[in-house]
Amino acid sequence: MINQWIKYIITFVVLLLIQVLILNNLNLGGYINPYLYILFLLILPVAIPGWLLLILAFTLGLIIDAFQNTPGIHASATVFLAFMRPYFLRYIAPRDGYEPGSLPIPAHFGFLWFFKYAVFGVVSHHLFYFFVEAFTFKDIFATLWRVILSSIFTLLFIMIAQLFGQTKMRHN
Amino acid sequence: MRNFFRFIERYHFFLLFLLFETLAFYLVVNYNQLQKQTFISSSGKLAASVLEISGTFKNYFTLKRANDELSRENAFLRSQIQNAGDIQPVNDIASGLDLRTPDRFHFRQAKVINNSVNKQFNYLTINRGAMHGIQPESGVISARGLVGVVQNVSTHYATVISLLNTRFKVSAKLRDSGFFGSLEWDGHSYRHAILSEIPAHAPIQVGDAVVTSGYSTIFPEGVLVGTVEDFELGEGEGFYRIRVKLSVDFKNITYVEIAQKVAGEEQRNLEKLTEDD
Repeated sequence: MINQWIKYIITFVVLLLIQVLILNNLNLGGYINPYLYILFLLILPVAIPGWLLLILAFTLGLIIDAFQNTPGIHASATVFLAFMRPYFLRYIAPRDGYEPGSLPIPAHFGFLWFFKYAVFGVVSHHLFYFFVEAFTFKDIFATLWRVILSSIFTLLFIMIAQLFGQTKMRHN
Repeated sequence: MRNFFRFIERYHFFLLFLLFETLAFYLVVNYNQLQKQTFISSSGKLAASVLEISGTFKNYFTLKRANDELSRENAFLRSQIQNAGDIQPVNDIASGLDLRTPDRFHFRQAKVINNSVNKQFNYLTINRGAMHGIQPESGVISARGLVGVVQNVSTHYATVISLLNTRFKVSAKLRDSGFFGSLEWDGHSYRHAILSEIPAHAPIQVGDAVVTSGYSTIFPEGVLVGTVEDFELGEGEGFYRIRVKLSVDFKNITYVEIAQKVAGEEQRNLEKLTEDD
C-alpha cells in the first residue's frame, strides 16, 4: 500500500515536470494546449475516497495554476474532472463490478476500456477548462476548436504514457 | 441535528465539490485583486526556480538568435547616441523648462526565463525582482519593441503580463499622423493585435508604424509596437479597427529591458487628484 503511494507521488512529480517544462512550452498555433497532467487523476485507484480525490484534484490544479499564472482556472477544471470521475467509472464498469484494489489502467481492464475512460475524462476536463479560460460564450467555435484539438493531443500523450506504464506494471 | 449530519454525510462528495469549485471561481473572479499579491504566480519561489533551471537549458538552443538580437540592439543604441548628439538644447532655458529630466526612463536589463504565447492569458517570467529595483507597473520592451508590463515582483523574480494577454490594454498611436487609440490582443494569432478607437478621418495606410503614445507612466513615447497590416471601418462606425502586425516575435524573446519613469510616481500621484473628481 505504502509502496503504491510512493509510486503515485513519483508519477505526480514526473507528470508535473513534463507538463510545466515541456508541454507548456509547446507552441502549436494557439489551439493545441495538451494537458497531460490530468492523467494523474485518471489513474488513481478506483476505490479512492471521494473527498481525497477532490483534495488531490484541487491541489494539483493549484500547482499547475502557479506555473501558468492562471489562479483558479486549472483548479476549477481538475475539481470538475474529479467530481465526474466516479460517474464515468460507474458508466463503463465491467459486468460484475470492480474488484477491490483495482486501478483504472490498461493493465487491469484492457486498452480499449482505458481509451474510452480517458476520452470521457479528457473531454470533460478540457471543455470545462477552456470555457472557464475564455470566460465567455462569445467565440464559442474558437473555444470548441481548442477543446477538440487539445483533447486529441492530450489523449495521444496519455496513450503514449500508458505504453511506458504498462511494461512497468507487468514486472511487479 | 442528527438529520443534518446525515445529510452532510450522505452528500459530502457533492458538497465538497461545490466548496472547491467556489474556492476556484473565487480565485478566477478575484484575479485582479489577487494579482497584487505574489500568492499564486510563477514569481513564487518554487515555480520560479524550476523555470529558471529549464530556462538555462533553453538558452543554449537560442544562443545564436540571442546574439543577433543583441548586435541589432547595439546598432540601434549606437544610432541613438548619434542622434542624441544632434539635439543641442538639452535644457531649453528660453522657455524656462527642464525638458529632459522628468520624462527620462531608467532601463534595466533582464532575461526571460518563462514565456508562453498559446494561452488566452500569456505571461513572461524574468530573472530580476525587487532586489534589483524592479517595481510593478513598469514597462517591458525588447530590442524589437513592446513586450508587456511588470505585474508581480518577488525578491529575485518578476512576472510580466504579456501583450499577448486578453486582459492587457495599452495606449498606442500611429507614428506618422499622431492619432492615438487603444491596442489589445484579440486572443487569436500571436503575431497580431488590434488597434481600435482611431477616428475615421485619420489618414492611414498599410505599413504605417504603430508606436506607444507616451501618455502613461509605463512606457516611453515612441516604442515600436508593430505595423498596420489591414484596417476596416465598420458600417456606421466612426472608428477604425486596425490589425497590427507585431514587431516582437513572442515565440523568441530572451533578453528584455524594464523601463521605469524617473518621475513616474509624481505623475501618477498628480493624476490621481483629478481622477477622484
